[in-house]
Amino acid sequence: MAMAALAAVRRCRVLLHGAVKSSFRGSPSQPRSYSAGRLSVQERIERKRQAALVGGGQKRIDAQHGRGKLTARERVALLLDPDSFVEYDAFVEHRCSDFGMEADHNKFPGDSVVTGQGRINGRLVYVFSQDFTVFGGSLSGAHAQKICKIMDQAMLVGAPVIGLNDSGGARIQEGVESLAGYADIFLRNVMASGVVPQISLIMGPCAGGAVYSPALTDFTFMVKDTSYLFITGPDVVKSVTNEDVTQEELGGAKTHTAVSGVAHKAFENDIDALLNLREFFNFLPLSNKDPSPVTECHDPSDRLVPGLDTLVPLESTKAYDMLDVIHSIVDERDFFEIMPNYAKNIVVGFARMNGRTVGIVGNQPKVASGCLDINSSVKGARFVRFCDAFNVPIITFVDVPGFLPGTAQEYGGIIRHGAKLLYAFAEATVPKITIITRKAYGGAYDVMSSKHLRGDVNYAWPSAEVAVMGAKGAVQIIFRGKNNQADAEAEYVEKFANPFPAAVRGFVDDIVVPSTTRRRICRDLEVLATKKQTNPWKKHANVPL
Amino acid sequence: MAAYRISPALQRVLHAVKHAAFRSRCCIIVSRAQYSTVYDHNEKTFDKILIANRGEIACRVMKTCKKMGIKTVAVHSDVDANAVHVKMADEAVCVGPAPTSKSYLNMDAIMNAIRQTGAQAVHPGYGFLSENKEFAKRLAAEGVSFIGPDTHAIQAMGDKIESKLIAKAAKVNTIPGFDGVVKDADEAVRIANEIGYPVMIKASAGGGGKGMRIAWNDEETREGFRFSSQEAASSFGDDRLLIEKFIDNPRHIEIQVLADKHGNALWLNERECSIQRRNQKVVEEAPSTFLDPETRRAMGEQAVSLAKAVNYSSAGTVEFLVDSRKNFYFLEMNTRLQVEHPITECITGLDLVQQMIRIAKGFPLQHTQAEIPINGWAIESRVYAEDPYKSFGLPSIGRLSQYQEPLNLHNVRVDSGIEEGSDISIYYDPMISKLVTYGATRAEALKKMEDALDNYVIRGVTHNIPLLREIIVHPRFISGDISTKFLPEVYPEGFKGHQLTATGRKELLATAASLFVAAQLRAQKFLGDLRVSNTQQERRSWELCVELEKGVHMLGVSRSGFMTFILKVEIDGDKLEVSSDWNLASPLLTVTLNGIHRTLQCLSRNAAGEISLQYLGTTFKLRVLSKLAAALSVHMPEKVPEDTSSILRSPMPGTVVAVSVKAGDTVAEGQEICVIEAMKMQNSMTAAKTAKVRSVHCKPGETVGEGDLLVELE
Repeated sequence: MAMAALAAVRRCRVLLHGAVKSSFRGSPSQPRSYSAGRLSVQERIERKRQAALVGGGQKRIDAQHGRGKLTARERVALLLDPDSFVEYDAFVEHRCSDFGMEADHNKFPGDSVVTGQGRINGRLVYVFSQDFTVFGGSLSGAHAQKICKIMDQAMLVGAPVIGLNDSGGARIQEGVESLAGYADIFLRNVMASGVVPQISLIMGPCAGGAVYSPALTDFTFMVKDTSYLFITGPDVVKSVTNEDVTQEELGGAKTHTAVSGVAHKAFENDIDALLNLREFFNFLPLSNKDPSPVTECHDPSDRLVPGLDTLVPLESTKAYDMLDVIHSIVDERDFFEIMPNYAKNIVVGFARMNGRTVGIVGNQPKVASGCLDINSSVKGARFVRFCDAFNVPIITFVDVPGFLPGTAQEYGGIIRHGAKLLYAFAEATVPKITIITRKAYGGAYDVMSSKHLRGDVNYAWPSAEVAVMGAKGAVQIIFRGKNNQADAEAEYVEKFANPFPAAVRGFVDDIVVPSTTRRRICRDLEVLATKKQTNPWKKHANVPL
Repeated sequence: MAAYRISPALQRVLHAVKHAAFRSRCCIIVSRAQYSTVYDHNEKTFDKILIANRGEIACRVMKTCKKMGIKTVAVHSDVDANAVHVKMADEAVCVGPAPTSKSYLNMDAIMNAIRQTGAQAVHPGYGFLSENKEFAKRLAAEGVSFIGPDTHAIQAMGDKIESKLIAKAAKVNTIPGFDGVVKDADEAVRIANEIGYPVMIKASAGGGGKGMRIAWNDEETREGFRFSSQEAASSFGDDRLLIEKFIDNPRHIEIQVLADKHGNALWLNERECSIQRRNQKVVEEAPSTFLDPETRRAMGEQAVSLAKAVNYSSAGTVEFLVDSRKNFYFLEMNTRLQVEHPITECITGLDLVQQMIRIAKGFPLQHTQAEIPINGWAIESRVYAEDPYKSFGLPSIGRLSQYQEPLNLHNVRVDSGIEEGSDISIYYDPMISKLVTYGATRAEALKKMEDALDNYVIRGVTHNIPLLREIIVHPRFISGDISTKFLPEVYPEGFKGHQLTATGRKELLATAASLFVAAQLRAQKFLGDLRVSNTQQERRSWELCVELEKGVHMLGVSRSGFMTFILKVEIDGDKLEVSSDWNLASPLLTVTLNGIHRTLQCLSRNAAGEISLQYLGTTFKLRVLSKLAAALSVHMPEKVPEDTSSILRSPMPGTVVAVSVKAGDTVAEGQEICVIEAMKMQNSMTAAKTAKVRSVHCKPGETVGEGDLLVELE
């Protein structure tokens, strides 16, 4: 054990040295002063290990750097705590013997991926980092096997898996073995889903079948300008549909974070992405058996937020920024927003309350009045299900005028997509705290973590309006054809445009002064920390996909 | 100087002893506000006062009313329904929508509010209706007291031409080359030539610097005429203008007067208001470093004689321009409470609002001229929501996401009408607060101002603290060598923020590195988590690379102690010891660097190592990276910023008043493209290069936000 640790430390020293200087003593280009036959085992081990450290060689490393990308090992070194990386399978080589692949110069110890485990701020994580300098990071049987090994082990001990993707795709020389490798990984992605958090960081190309591994993981992040995700590249698109499109437009970070919703966030460059990933990792529990993490917090749990008392505008048609509410309530204004550029009418992300990680869901009145539509429902649902799977309490801020009407939405299936968010909230058994800041209209009221869907604590601010619909629409139906619409509207507002109808029925537990919201949530979370709730036994539920 | 160094507490005792009826008086001394509201329970005052204003001045008036046991009524526009002055008042009445012409200047609505609430008197504050004789007349007609001078004095002093005639008659020194009302641009040019350049053009009706422009030639006179008349019309509904000789390099010093309805008048010493940008005051102080007792007395006596000449009652201010030879010229008289009145309150101990209320009720002055002291020194900084890097301050708007006044410090007074969560909107003056510090000496007051500015937390809007913090430590300001041209002279290239010294740079680098380490250490503190590694050693040393202003510095940091750890930072051979409580939630960051206490503010900090620190007022952007990350960052692609010379964006939120070009036009560099009005200031937007106009994205009347695209050039 001690030996192993020592060896790991030594390996890392070498790794850091290599990473910083980007140079290497045993580089293949240097003259060889020995004959292979007479090497001692010790020397052979050392040589192989050294060779593994330079991947595809200095030339390819330089090319990788020239593209504005770091090498697989440099990325691991940045992601993990110093000296914490323990590498597996540095000696694994591909087994292909066709097309001249069996030649010595086509064998690279470790093949096209670096795998192992290490620590992020002291907490265990399993990592694979695809090495673009070896066969363009293409996926061989051996490559897949290495990834599967660490995924299996991550499941055994209950620790997250982070994949750093930078791969040209399948190793064509290996044919079906490569495809089998993908499938092996897909299966493990599915098996690990909901057991340990899985995070993909796309740091280069990721095309064809390869895209489905990131798609199956919990979070997909991208690096701007240097990463792409698509099923088929621009050339195939041109030949099939005759569309002219660039790589960036087809599958760049902007496309996937703003248009398709495939990726959850994009970062400026490799370093920015990896440092942010460390920060993000601190929010996550290690597995579904671990509680939501609690870190040391300097922000008083009973801090009042006076600004909230005047935040919601007096006119109910005027917008405000839900992010202002979130930032001022959570610890230290620290909010890691997920999908900040996609379906902006709902805000989701991680924050901490008195040090404990929570998931925040909030309607965003600033965008499309905060209505629920197809994209926002799916965005919200996926986030809620992640939180529920990993014991992260959910705090929901509600200001929703309803579901977005229109043919585009109906034809697009808002009914079944909206059902996903409803399903996710209803199914969730983690602590659920809901604050109605203003509108909670119609079916959307029910959906947004209402009392009826087992909300543990549901609050209303004095500005809350819980009703089937807004005054104008309601009056047109109730008093159809009558003349005194204005009076009727006033009566409706008096009756329904306030928190009382919900409060007298116990559908909200209390009407709270907005400035005290943080204090209340912190106290409630403390109480709810021991919440235990189970759903009826089932093989698995049937979420309306 | 020594004579002024009587402590305020002692002065209050002296003051009390002088008054035999002291025991029957109620004395409220608020240590923070540095003025005392001493009032006599036997003096029957108003029951209820309506304050026809908003913001800090409405709050300031209400504070005194509350101490005097007077009920208060606030008026407000609909966007101000949640404003501090509304919450502070006993009653509040909405007088209209956001634009001031429909609310705070809406006399009908305000008269209704008075009737509705039964207010017996109105305090107009400053601006709005404070110098509107029509308003004063209407109040008088309904038997409501106007807390200010009577209509006659407002009218006489409100008219720039008449006021000079009266001043001349009262033997007050007046500015040479003074002339009459202007009808059109040609007449403006003729008058300007008669007086001789330079001349100053401004609105007859307006006080302060609004609508005021200086012309050095005929062309500038025409331009100044056009701008001033437009602004005068939009601000005062009165487009009369005035042209007069402009005194080069003057100081702006004003005398506070206080007069009652029984013919008594006092001068309460001077205020030095020379630090101005675009003719609006930024930093004021009382007393002035420039006046000797004789000049002070001469100015005071002339001010009083002017007040007496118009039968002035209430508080008023006589503004003078003072040249380098201590010649002083009457500029104008403001017949209202001035923005900068707190510094006079600090050095005299008087509550001017209380005195105004007493006078309006008909009571005689309580003091004689001999009893008016100069106790210590007071400085006022006007904290504005504006960007000081754009012509010393262009308005900015936003929501105060975090706001904390430095009231934890002794001898600091903050007059404000906003709070955390308040909006600074395009409709009103962008002033956040008046920050006043006080000390036995000027040096003490200035040191206090440094601390107060460092401890002032304002987030969510761009503010001018960087500029204020630089002014008060500038050698010319400290030596008292100032004039109204101070800013353009000291910063001819525009204000660029604090320039770091070698020591300052090291302090900043050490603080950033230490903050980074503190955050790193805390990121590993998972409470009650059994799965955090025990075999990993806690780190005790770091090699960091800190970027600051394009310079890269290697720092070594080592740590000793556990809970309240001390960091030793090595920069280029120098060692700094940094200690702090390392509270990462507080916006203020108090550190001790080699034994010197500094208060910095951490404005932002992110995972990528970027840290924004406010240090000596100015915000510095730093990036802290581990040695490894720094070494690897050379491979990161450089992102190319957008070329902005062909794009004209709005520098601030506002309304487009005029667009002078259309697509296809050729514009010369510096040519006016459009005019944006924000907070009643008209700003001419000019072309950055000579080019053809590709497209115009705005039209007159449109509202634009900061950074909105206005015009694209080819």
